[in-house]
Amino acid sequence: MSKIIASAAIRGAHQIVARAEESLRRALEKYGSEAPVAFPNTGYYLPVIYGILGIPVEKIGDLRPVLEEAKNLLPPVPSERCWLPYLGPALDAGMAALFADEIIEATKYLDSSPYTMTSSPTPDNLWLGAADDVILRKRGIEFVDGTAPGFAAIVGAAPTNEIAVKIARELQEKNLYVFMSAATDGKNIAEQLQEEGVELGWETRLVPFGKDITATVFSLGFATRAALSFGGVKPGDFRRVLLYNKNRIFAFVLALGLVDDEKYAQAAGAINFGFPTIADTDIPEILPTGVCTYEHVVSNVPHDKIVSRAIEVRGLKITVTKVPIPVAFGPAFEGETVRKGDMHAEFGGQRTPAFELVRMRAAEDVEDGRIELIGPDIDTIPEGGRLPLGIVVDVYGRKMQEDFEPVLERRMHYFINYAQGLWHIGQRDITWVRISKSAFKQGIRLRHFGDILYAKMKSEFASILDRVQVTIYTDEQAVLEMREEARRTYARRDLRLKALSDDAVDTFYSCTLCQSFAPTHVCVVLPERVGLCGSVSWLDAKAAYEINPHGCNQPVPKKDVIDPVKGQWRSCNEFIYQNSRGSIEAVNFYTIMENPLTSCGCFEAIMVVMPECNGFMIVNREYSGMTPSGMTFSTLAGTIGGGIQTPGFMGIGKAYLASKKFVIGDGGLARITWMPKEFKEQMRPILEERAEELGLGKDFVDKIADETVGITAEEILPFLEEKGHPALTMEPLI
Amino acid sequence: MKEKLLTSCTATQKMIAKTTREGVKTVFHRAQGKKPCPYGTGGTCCRICYMGPCRVSDSGAGSDTGVCGATAETVAARNFGRMIAGGAAAHSDHGRETALVFLAAARGEAPGFEIRDEVKLRAVAAELGIETAGKKKNELAEEVGLKLLSEFGQQEGEISFTRRAPVKRQEVWRRLGIVPRGVDREVVEMMHRTSVGVDQEYIHLMLHGMRTSLADGWGGSMIATELQDILLGTPVPIRAKVNLGVLKADKVNIIVHGHEPLLPELIVAASQDEELLNQAKAAGAEGINIAGICCTANEVLMRKGIPVAGSILQQELAIATGAVDAMVVDVQCIMQGLGNVARCYRTALFTTSSRAKIPGAEHLEFSHENGPEVAREIIRRAIANFPKRGAVEIPTEEVDLIAGFSHETINYMLGGRFRASYRPLNDNIINGRIRGVAAIVGCSNPRVRFGDLQATIARELIANNVLVLTTGCAAINCAKEGLMVPEAAEMAGSGLREVCEAVGMPPVLHCGSCVDNSRLLIALTEMVREGGLGDDIPDLPGCGCAPEWMSEKAISIGQYFVTSGATVGFGVDFPSAGSERFSEYLFNGIREAVGAVWFHEPDPVAMAHEIITRIDAKRKALGIDVAKERVLYDMEMRRKLEVV
Repeated sequence: MSKIIASAAIRGAHQIVARAEESLRRALEKYGSEAPVAFPNTGYYLPVIYGILGIPVEKIGDLRPVLEEAKNLLPPVPSERCWLPYLGPALDAGMAALFADEIIEATKYLDSSPYTMTSSPTPDNLWLGAADDVILRKRGIEFVDGTAPGFAAIVGAAPTNEIAVKIARELQEKNLYVFMSAATDGKNIAEQLQEEGVELGWETRLVPFGKDITATVFSLGFATRAALSFGGVKPGDFRRVLLYNKNRIFAFVLALGLVDDEKYAQAAGAINFGFPTIADTDIPEILPTGVCTYEHVVSNVPHDKIVSRAIEVRGLKITVTKVPIPVAFGPAFEGETVRKGDMHAEFGGQRTPAFELVRMRAAEDVEDGRIELIGPDIDTIPEGGRLPLGIVVDVYGRKMQEDFEPVLERRMHYFINYAQGLWHIGQRDITWVRISKSAFKQGIRLRHFGDILYAKMKSEFASILDRVQVTIYTDEQAVLEMREEARRTYARRDLRLKALSDDAVDTFYSCTLCQSFAPTHVCVVLPERVGLCGSVSWLDAKAAYEINPHGCNQPVPKKDVIDPVKGQWRSCNEFIYQNSRGSIEAVNFYTIMENPLTSCGCFEAIMVVMPECNGFMIVNREYSGMTPSGMTFSTLAGTIGGGIQTPGFMGIGKAYLASKKFVIGDGGLARITWMPKEFKEQMRPILEERAEELGLGKDFVDKIADETVGITAEEILPFLEEKGHPALTMEPLI
Repeated sequence: MKEKLLTSCTATQKMIAKTTREGVKTVFHRAQGKKPCPYGTGGTCCRICYMGPCRVSDSGAGSDTGVCGATAETVAARNFGRMIAGGAAAHSDHGRETALVFLAAARGEAPGFEIRDEVKLRAVAAELGIETAGKKKNELAEEVGLKLLSEFGQQEGEISFTRRAPVKRQEVWRRLGIVPRGVDREVVEMMHRTSVGVDQEYIHLMLHGMRTSLADGWGGSMIATELQDILLGTPVPIRAKVNLGVLKADKVNIIVHGHEPLLPELIVAASQDEELLNQAKAAGAEGINIAGICCTANEVLMRKGIPVAGSILQQELAIATGAVDAMVVDVQCIMQGLGNVARCYRTALFTTSSRAKIPGAEHLEFSHENGPEVAREIIRRAIANFPKRGAVEIPTEEVDLIAGFSHETINYMLGGRFRASYRPLNDNIINGRIRGVAAIVGCSNPRVRFGDLQATIARELIANNVLVLTTGCAAINCAKEGLMVPEAAEMAGSGLREVCEAVGMPPVLHCGSCVDNSRLLIALTEMVREGGLGDDIPDLPGCGCAPEWMSEKAISIGQYFVTSGATVGFGVDFPSAGSERFSEYLFNGIREAVGAVWFHEPDPVAMAHEIITRIDAKRKALGIDVAKERVLYDMEMRRKLEVV
């Protein structure tokens, strides 16, 4: 009977709101109402409050009306008999609790922060606190492309560490993010996982938010920001924020252990977002549907069924390719590292010769499912030892094209990393692979690399691959020989890629992967313009189209040029108009000043016009400081995301800087006047090469200002003048 | 007299016995001595000209006609049309009075009244195409009042609120040419067409009958509901008591009876006035107790939680307790018999509307200018009457109920402020927890067992997982049977019970007075709009009924539901029975035009099962009669989900 739940949630909300009042009173007393208050490095203020109420909290005093709102939302506890309807009031109470949570958590940051504010725990602190916008955008794309189908917000702790690990692993294997908060009997599941040596942090998708019940709001804050940043929902448009989450973010709450009133209050708050609660204890249930997609509260679920039951209750379909290997497998393990001390064997990394190669072969040269190891296996070497490694994947398929070889080859990095205890970086002949001691102990051998690659290639590229065989070389002589062949292939591919240009093709490809989040956004990927997320090239999109002709990547014919300099084609406009649901009428591919491409929210970097300098600044996602535009990356991202055209502002992929077509309609590379220093250094080799080709001189990079020069146009301009930056003498941008 | 045969309400039984004992005649006594006219019952007694009156029969050999040649179906259709016109006129004149006071209040000329629900004011204004930005509350209210008032006398175009209906429904009405042009015009034309020698083709007559009914449901009644909400406050869930036991021996009891809530609101306010309370104390009373009867009761119940003494058939019986110091009446459903009963039990009876006087009652006319004065005067007179009471015998029956289920309440209670919607209702209809929605509305009639039919149907329906919405006297009678408390969910089938428990609501919802049947039109429309249950009202698994009807207003209400696409069943007798052809049209032929029909079923259990059968047929047509497998969403499918 859900009156018990409604009553508990309402009581819990009263308690939390009372705590918030006390926190606010103390904060006002200690710091005054004018003191700034914020979650670190975010453009979304206190996100639930901002998204739902539209109030941007910047100063402590701004929290007063929020607290009032929370109090107004608090209903009385339903009476013993002849009660009034309580579902609506309990949901309101839940929302009041979330506002109160944010007030309490925000005031914590005023004192010395109890959180690490990093992406993984530090040696002396497990709790990460609110995700900043860098994490949001980096992880956001995984929610967009389906790599992460949703998240589980776990409150409390499992009865034993063993169960905790089992639940966490199962969620990881289902590719779900796990957000952890609150305590049961003084313990949180994150602590249990830590005790068992499980690697925690955003990289492994196991995120310890905080031990207080109020830290649960970081999960809902993450969800709210997804709606605001990727969904283009306006702050304060609470209905859309919540329905966006119901239909896009497939999250749920796992309540482990005793559910007290304050936990019920969080659950009621989460139900507003369409996130149901699944409990392992015998609490009342709310089975009728409507606010959530299916049931609202399901209880008494045994631990071995709790993950699959939760997924079913949320209405989520997760297809996981079963890979026949002795360790866990899934994207959640991609970010795991294998440190030197934990390593059983390593390959490549300039220590031994190593390479990987995908080859398109004739049908008779590929025996489907054949996996062969040529050379010694890892059980022949001492712990911490090394071997050379060559991995050759031979594929055949009627629809396979040579151009897809690199697309498939780049996926090897991910597939190998998905295995728990395997670590892979680099590509081609600069790969570096490690196998952990525990993976070795669990039985991982080199042929499992073959099993992984075979299973994943066949499932993900089913429509273009009919046969796949994998040969693994560890015999040094064989590796060296094969590496020569691989290098010849790489060189041949590079030549072809160089010849590939916008002008040489008659078809571009769209990418509407993000329409699930930004319904009017249409990316168009050109040979010389990588998708703004940096992860979809023209070849990738082309291959994706071949693999799934009805998917998110569609051919965009390049016909009837309207403006060759700005890069506008009638056929492209038509495509974009139709696919943006009529909201975008024209797009120029080579300028950001007039009808630029829209942005979803996944961009790696943002370009902004700097009229005073007659050029552009570029800021990357990782840079959290102020920029000469007067806005941080977060604030900029909030302004331009969501599929709208904002002349003078554009989201880009980092690799676009290397393109010959880089904002060619605006004057190209010479327009770059400011970049964060670290970003500039990261891009230096490419920038130098391009600058030389363009006759700007290799030292052009050093003419680009950065934050050490200044973060206002006034500070930068003298530097540009002194260095003789070419932008200053170019045609005026505006 | 065998009281138990007359009613299932024990309080009523006691009071019938008392009045019998004391030789006082009430509606129950009079009904025993008065057989209904058989031709009138079947609708084929024509008295619209003086060549007759003619009783026309269509049974037996050869076709009987009136003196003018009118056939049975023409006579029945004309009478039916006139009943619609009468009902529509009643609701609409109520709406007009509300609009006039509303306008006066907006102009600051109606002491005691102010615009209470500004949110709804702005929403309604926006719907009417009135610019709201930058306008003050009263300024906007004046514009809304003027606009809606103009719709009574409008001669061309379409009544604004008809555009609230589902798009497909509006198309049906336009295709048939029955969108009402103005409220009064349709009533007048109905009277004209049914006068001697005008419209004599029954289907053609009924087309205008349908137009007139829409002028009531989507016109006069809806205007009354919406303006009353804005002026007096939109109802929210509220706890109250019902049945004669709400009268208190130690208090000054004042009963408000009739239909318009305007003066009663002021009486309720004045009853809390300290000076008057002191006067009551001085007269030996513990306080002032306001209770309602009939739809006035429903109005002040929904907004103020004022206790309900009873429904229409209890008006004389309430006085017969000897405990009513004053009864205040205005319009509709007020029995002339009150005059005599009031005299017997020394109750001061006040008529207050310029439109209605009753022999034996004192007339204290309410106008928007004098409201608080009239209210205070009534209370003073009731207090003065208190010491003059004779023997008092109040039945102990006093039952809890939850009222206040306006459209806005239903919307809110299903999702709170942030997720308010009908989605949970639709979802649980689709998944079969709730089989469908039924409305039990209308009057009570001494020709059937009072209160029993409505409550029996309600119990039967909820046991079969049908959610019940009620208004008017039907609502009061269901409440008396304890069906309107959340605990009543225990009487519901397992699916409905689960939903009631999730929401915390009773399985039978009190949606207001008889003009508030317009709320049910909005609810049906909202169910269509929310999606998953078809794209027009006839697609919904829903049905209405008025098992104990008696007023012309019930016919008008029934007809506007049918015209809006909801099938309606009536109990007692059916006023077309005298003509087979006309009955066939109402029970069948009309479906082709509007997608819904009338039906007649006097037995309550059979009525409930008829409703269930009809609901099941709709479920089948929607393809929701069999359980669907749970849909699990992968990324591809999620991309196709709309975000509003």
